[in-house]
Amino acid sequence: MIPLVDLLLDPLNYPFMVRGLLATLMVGVVCATVGTYMVLRGMAFFGDALSHAILPGVALGYLAGGSRGSLFWWGMGTAILTSMGIGALSKGARVKEDTAIGIIFAGMFALGIALISTVRSYTVDLAHFLFGDVLGVSGSDLVRMGIFGGLIVIAVLVFYKEFLVLSFDPTLASTLRLPVRFFEYALYLLIAIAIVVSLQTVGVALMVAMLITPAASASLLTRRLPVMMSLAAAIGALSGAIGLYLSYYINIASGAAIVLTCTAFFALAWLGRTIQRAIV
Amino acid sequence: MIAKRLHKTGLIPQHAVHQPGSPLLELCAVSLRYNGRVALEAVSFQVNNGQRVAVVGPNGAGKSTLFKVIAGLLPATSGEVKVSGAGPGGHICIAYVPQRSQVDWEFPVVVNDVVMMGRIGKLGLLRWPRARDWDYVHHALEVVGLSHLANRQIGELSGGEQQRMFIARALAQEAELMLMDEPLTGLDLPSQEGIFEILDGLGQQGVTVLIAMHDLKLATDRFEQVMLLNRRLIGYGKPTDIFTPERLVAAYGGHLHLVGAGDELLALSDTCCDEATG
Repeated sequence: MIPLVDLLLDPLNYPFMVRGLLATLMVGVVCATVGTYMVLRGMAFFGDALSHAILPGVALGYLAGGSRGSLFWWGMGTAILTSMGIGALSKGARVKEDTAIGIIFAGMFALGIALISTVRSYTVDLAHFLFGDVLGVSGSDLVRMGIFGGLIVIAVLVFYKEFLVLSFDPTLASTLRLPVRFFEYALYLLIAIAIVVSLQTVGVALMVAMLITPAASASLLTRRLPVMMSLAAAIGALSGAIGLYLSYYINIASGAAIVLTCTAFFALAWLGRTIQRAIV
Repeated sequence: MIAKRLHKTGLIPQHAVHQPGSPLLELCAVSLRYNGRVALEAVSFQVNNGQRVAVVGPNGAGKSTLFKVIAGLLPATSGEVKVSGAGPGGHICIAYVPQRSQVDWEFPVVVNDVVMMGRIGKLGLLRWPRARDWDYVHHALEVVGLSHLANRQIGELSGGEQQRMFIARALAQEAELMLMDEPLTGLDLPSQEGIFEILDGLGQQGVTVLIAMHDLKLATDRFEQVMLLNRRLIGYGKPTDIFTPERLVAAYGGHLHLVGAGDELLALSDTCCDEATG
């Protein structure tokens, strides 16, 4: 057993690995929590679009020569504006919702790349924004992630019954005279914040996997919402940790390794359910 | 002061007060247009406490739209809806029971969870269900005979059981007006019978029920009041007075097979048979 323990403890001799591990664990839990509602409501495309649309905001902060910390706030501002914008646009109804999201998403993403490309040596930084840089997470990054990630989890728990009704039966939510619009936007906002919190870990391009895949895996394994949410959080956190170790030992990009681990969990869950159905 | 502000934001809704003496439901020349299309035109009627009314009409007649206007989910273009003397928007005593085809039956909730959703209007924000709320849920499930299925995932229920679960949810909501959108579509006869037994009990407790349906024979046999609708209100009263050949033709046009058999009128079928109706 000693070699296995060593295998697990060795990387933790590096402080940046410890910070990276803490970051991925947090991101796994936070993304899976809001991701559960996204899976139930079919918001995968919304999440993908929103994470891509953050790029120009982060790019502006980057051009302004801001620190890591200021990039977080630039990202946060853009995410909030975009999520509210998409929410408002989808109510306008001239264009179909997914078309509108697609247009904004591609346009914003292109703007972000254009902005970053004005800097001569841009490829490394662009890669960090796109695919994450979990080993570059600093102590103050961790504190910010902890605070905002914690707020998200608390909000989801506090408004559990409202989000549940809104997702299952919006008509009931209206006849119970709940502030439906308020909770719609609150959910968009929570997703936006979750994306910014996770930005450094997986980057904008792979973000949707952290949001959707653990929750989708969990949905195959249970038919109770609280169980699904906890299971999704566990799968998300575990994928983060396993992915990080994989990237350390076989030397592949950490964001990709984490997402691939998520995907492997989904494949296992799907296989398990298929076999179970075949037997029963 | 703070409470007033909060009410204004809509975060904490203010619930309408019931005016004693006014009819439970009253529509006055209600019209609704969307996208230039007339969905309802000058619909007026009145329903008293504890009445059960079948709302009958062809596809696209505006039955679902009518229910949504009554529930305060869609605003009327003109005219007025009054529930117990006040506009519907402030009431939490109106239960809208959706068509079964509109529900995500894979959603990870069990019967208990769905019925508890009815309590949320009374609970308010930041409160978890208390023992009293669970009493409501258990009692509601008992009334509709689903106590033994309380912990089943909703997709595992039969069609009749699914419908009964939604009735239980309306009971947990303490609904005084239930609007049921095609609850009988796709149910076999024993299941339909089960639903009517529950509805009979509700009527005795003073719960008013409007049911959208297609089956003219069922409407004739099981309802004292029927409403014939095709954007306009074509008739409202006893089935024998309303389901006359002239009125039925006015409602359905040529899409109805009418067979005269002595004094009796047999409507063999209308054109609807699928579950996905508008």
